[in-house]
Amino acid sequence: MALSRQDVEHIAHLARLEVSEDEIADYVAKLSSILDMVAQLGETDTTGVEPMAHPLDMAQRLRPDDVTESDQREFFQRNSADVAHGLYRVPRVIE
Amino acid sequence: MEWETVIGLEIHAQLATRSKIFSGSSTAYGAEPNTQANLIDLGYPGVLPVLNAEAVRLAAKFGLAIGATVSRRSIFARKNYFYPDLPKGYQISQYELPIVEQGSLTIRLDDGTEKVIGITRAHLEEDAGKSLHENLGDATGIDLNRAGTPLLEIVSEPDMRSAREAATYMRAIHQLVRYLDICDGNMQEGSFRCDANVSVRPSGEAKLGTRAELKNLNSFRFIEKAIEYEIERQIDIIEGGGKVVQETRLYDSDRDETRSMRSKEEAHDYRYFPDPDLLPVELDDAFIKEVEAELPELPWIKAQRFAEEFGLRRDDIDILTASRATADYFEAVAATLGDDPKLAANWVVGELSGALNRDGLEIEASRVPPHALGELLQRIKDGTISGKIAKEVFEAMWNGEGTADEIIENKGLKQITDRDAIEQLVDVTLSTSAEQVQQYRDGNQKVLGFFVGQVMKASQGKANPKQVNEILRQKLSDEAE
Amino acid sequence: MARQTLAQMSGALATGETTSRALTEAALGRIDGGDSELNSFINVCADEALAAADAADQRRAAGDAGPLTGIPIAHKDIFCTAGVPTTCGSRMLQDFVPPYDATVVRRLAAAGVVTVGKTNMDEFAMGSSNETSYFGVVRNPWDPDRSPGGSSGGSAAAVAAGLVVAATGTDTGGSIRQPAALTGITGVKPTYGRVSRYGMIAFASSLDQAGVLTVTAEDAAMLLQAMAGFDPHDSTSADAPVPDYVTALGEDLAGKRIGVPGEFFDDGLDAECAAAVRDALAVLEGMGATIQEISLPNIGLSVPTYYIVAPAEASSNLSRYDGVRFGYRHADAADLEEMYKLTRKEGFGAEVKRRIMTGTYVLSAGYYDAYYLQAQKARQLIAADFRRAFESVDIVAGPTAPTPAFRLGEKTDDPVQMYLNDIYTIGANLAGLPGASLPCGLVNGLPVGLQLIGPAFGEAAVLNIAHQYQQATDWHLAEPGA
Ligand SMILES: [Mg+2]
Ligand SMILES: [Zn+2]
Repeated sequence: MALSRQDVEHIAHLARLEVSEDEIADYVAKLSSILDMVAQLGETDTTGVEPMAHPLDMAQRLRPDDVTESDQREFFQRNSADVAHGLYRVPRVIE
Repeated sequence: MEWETVIGLEIHAQLATRSKIFSGSSTAYGAEPNTQANLIDLGYPGVLPVLNAEAVRLAAKFGLAIGATVSRRSIFARKNYFYPDLPKGYQISQYELPIVEQGSLTIRLDDGTEKVIGITRAHLEEDAGKSLHENLGDATGIDLNRAGTPLLEIVSEPDMRSAREAATYMRAIHQLVRYLDICDGNMQEGSFRCDANVSVRPSGEAKLGTRAELKNLNSFRFIEKAIEYEIERQIDIIEGGGKVVQETRLYDSDRDETRSMRSKEEAHDYRYFPDPDLLPVELDDAFIKEVEAELPELPWIKAQRFAEEFGLRRDDIDILTASRATADYFEAVAATLGDDPKLAANWVVGELSGALNRDGLEIEASRVPPHALGELLQRIKDGTISGKIAKEVFEAMWNGEGTADEIIENKGLKQITDRDAIEQLVDVTLSTSAEQVQQYRDGNQKVLGFFVGQVMKASQGKANPKQVNEILRQKLSDEAE
Repeated sequence: MARQTLAQMSGALATGETTSRALTEAALGRIDGGDSELNSFINVCADEALAAADAADQRRAAGDAGPLTGIPIAHKDIFCTAGVPTTCGSRMLQDFVPPYDATVVRRLAAAGVVTVGKTNMDEFAMGSSNETSYFGVVRNPWDPDRSPGGSSGGSAAAVAAGLVVAATGTDTGGSIRQPAALTGITGVKPTYGRVSRYGMIAFASSLDQAGVLTVTAEDAAMLLQAMAGFDPHDSTSADAPVPDYVTALGEDLAGKRIGVPGEFFDDGLDAECAAAVRDALAVLEGMGATIQEISLPNIGLSVPTYYIVAPAEASSNLSRYDGVRFGYRHADAADLEEMYKLTRKEGFGAEVKRRIMTGTYVLSAGYYDAYYLQAQKARQLIAADFRRAFESVDIVAGPTAPTPAFRLGEKTDDPVQMYLNDIYTIGANLAGLPGASLPCGLVNGLPVGLQLIGPAFGEAAVLNIAHQYQQATDWHLAEPGA
């Protein structure tokens, strides 16, 4: 299945990836060949097959409702590029 | 043209857990920014979610209360979108198999009729953080304390037909979650929030109109006003030959209008898929039975009992059952009193509610506890004081001046029942009101009320009104002879 | 000097013949001398390692040592190490210092294992050749022009070259087994859920599993023993008892039924590799095992299934890299959207972006059912094939990779050719089964791997058969440049 340039731009936007002009052509070619490769799945008869979301046949374990954490803000924020007044700072969000 | 409004609500109720839905961080409100955000809440590389048992239990409780199916198997999914207050770039929510499906809630409309509102589903999910814009210049600050707080999203069917109905339903859900003790219901702190899907269509038309989603409806008053504004707006557009566009709109309470959220205009594609970090939540019958046994008496059942057991009026019942605490308070007063639930009801609905409102207090924090109010009412019943004096005593109790008996004693408010003393007061009144006495003799029975008032006044309200009446009638008829 | 095994080191430590300090200094020395060409390490933590070695020696002196106390190993740079940079092979995490240890790291440290450094890997474990790392390609010690495989290529190269005796790895689609095969060492991927994923940077959460790269199966059993087991921090961790893997190595092969899927010996398999694998099977037969031809009729769907499921999960897992709380950030974006887009454009490499794009596409509106849902169904078919197979056999065996190590650059321009490298390994990931690769021959002077796949939670059986094979052969002792 061949992707269009618009498809690539749309996916890149959804994934929040900037793509330059020359990258678009490369994406169109390579993603199309990947999609061609996976396309054979469409020919497989999966009628009545239960989708398998997970290899483990187990139920979710539940945790007791206990507060186990204490404030480590200063420590954690050492990894952040931009912090002010204890807040993570980002370019202004307009609502 | 006649228009019909169609409204469905999505209510987010914050579940009253101590820790977050997938981490051991505290959910306490009001902490310094980011001091209650651990590595899981921050979406650090390598961390994994583990589900809080209490969140599941509270959701199941809600499901059972609305007569819904509590799914024996439910699935967490990822809702993918980028936003700075969403640390992982996805929200863990439930999509295809929510924990609660197909319930309903009966609401009582203003005209006294009842209406069943369908509840399509209620699902568990994590809350996002908060964006702050103050003191950061040209930037936005992100506080992730709220990220990961457990929410129950309660999705109704589009069953409401007016803004008023929507507000009534929202109140009923609010009342219910507080009854169940699964949410503190605090709307200022964001613990209970509502989005409304609103559309209009010509009356009789089966097809739904294009809807707008109204966000940020954080009070019962706002939801009504916002929907009313929105209905007008949509009708104006259609009647003007235009088309309503499907979009998210924000209610601005300062200007009382809804406006389009420009930033969210682009079509969403959330790419939901089952979260591979979490396994299916499986609940067994024993668990469901256990939760069922924990259900309190639900508001509508309590209301029915109050009607049958106490013979109260519907309006009073609505007030008395508004919260479990109010109902409990009332029942405690009624129990102290023994055989006069109406007196208890009148006082809880009247004096007590007034005092609580005036001081902005919840009934749990009432300055007069139920047994104390019961003692006061007992003094009305045994004739020690009149209802009027009782109000004065109540005020004094409210101000912490002592028990009912202490106040009656200290202030000398005990009712005068001594016949001689009352006769003396009656005599004085009649002798100084020649004009009115004449009127009475001329056949104007209404003047009797005037005499009663004068005698009561002279006794500083303490004379037994029944006796005053009796003696007055007697004296006036004596004189007439 | 011949490459040592972990078991030998453990013995030498136990008898007092050597110390952890000596072993650690030696390992650091070998890395210092031998890694400039291989580039198998991203980060060497000499100070921390020596301190840990001294602590291990003290522990031993105090009579509190286990079989792993004092053994220096390396961790794939996908495992978070508190205070030690963890890059996942990406510019995105170039300066990232985790505030916590992965459960695997914590458990091994608790057993007294010394961490000498973090090994190179394909960026975010996405690759089969170790050419996608931001920190440069890793070279195969058997031939520096060839790939060591990936994504745990740094771990594989370091063990194969004898820089360290063992290293951790992760296997999402073959990322332990394939590099083990291409570098002539033993690699074991346990059952999904056997080893905690907590602190292991996620690529594809329903497929990722931590394991080990070692010289021998016995070494793998020793390390795995300390890593495996329930972890309350991982909802997908199995709460099941862990058998004694080392004890289980002693079982002989008489009566063991080995299933060989015909589908694994297809046209894509190099003829000489096929011959080496057949020879290995003959050895096992000679030791009392029975060889049975079996069929995994849907195994041919595994590559397309994997290349839908893994990118889909990855596209979501990698959304957290937005420049806000940690990791690389484009500094002077005009607005939020530009900040996101440039941060991610510059922070991620080409292969990672390709997978994010693929994953985003297959989950997007209108394509979910055709791609993602269909892949989940195909995954069920593949898993069912294995379930059926294990009704009649104890183990499934075949090749690990279609060819010996390929040349660097040979497949970089054609992602699909690269993806086909995982054709024999991916099935075990999709079905969540334990697998191992062990050296079983040389083709043109390059190692060939025999793959063993066990039933769920059957790693003891896999390790046992691998160990028995290594008792009878010495391919695992073949060393590069020897
Ligand atoms: Mg919603
Ligand atoms: Zn929601």
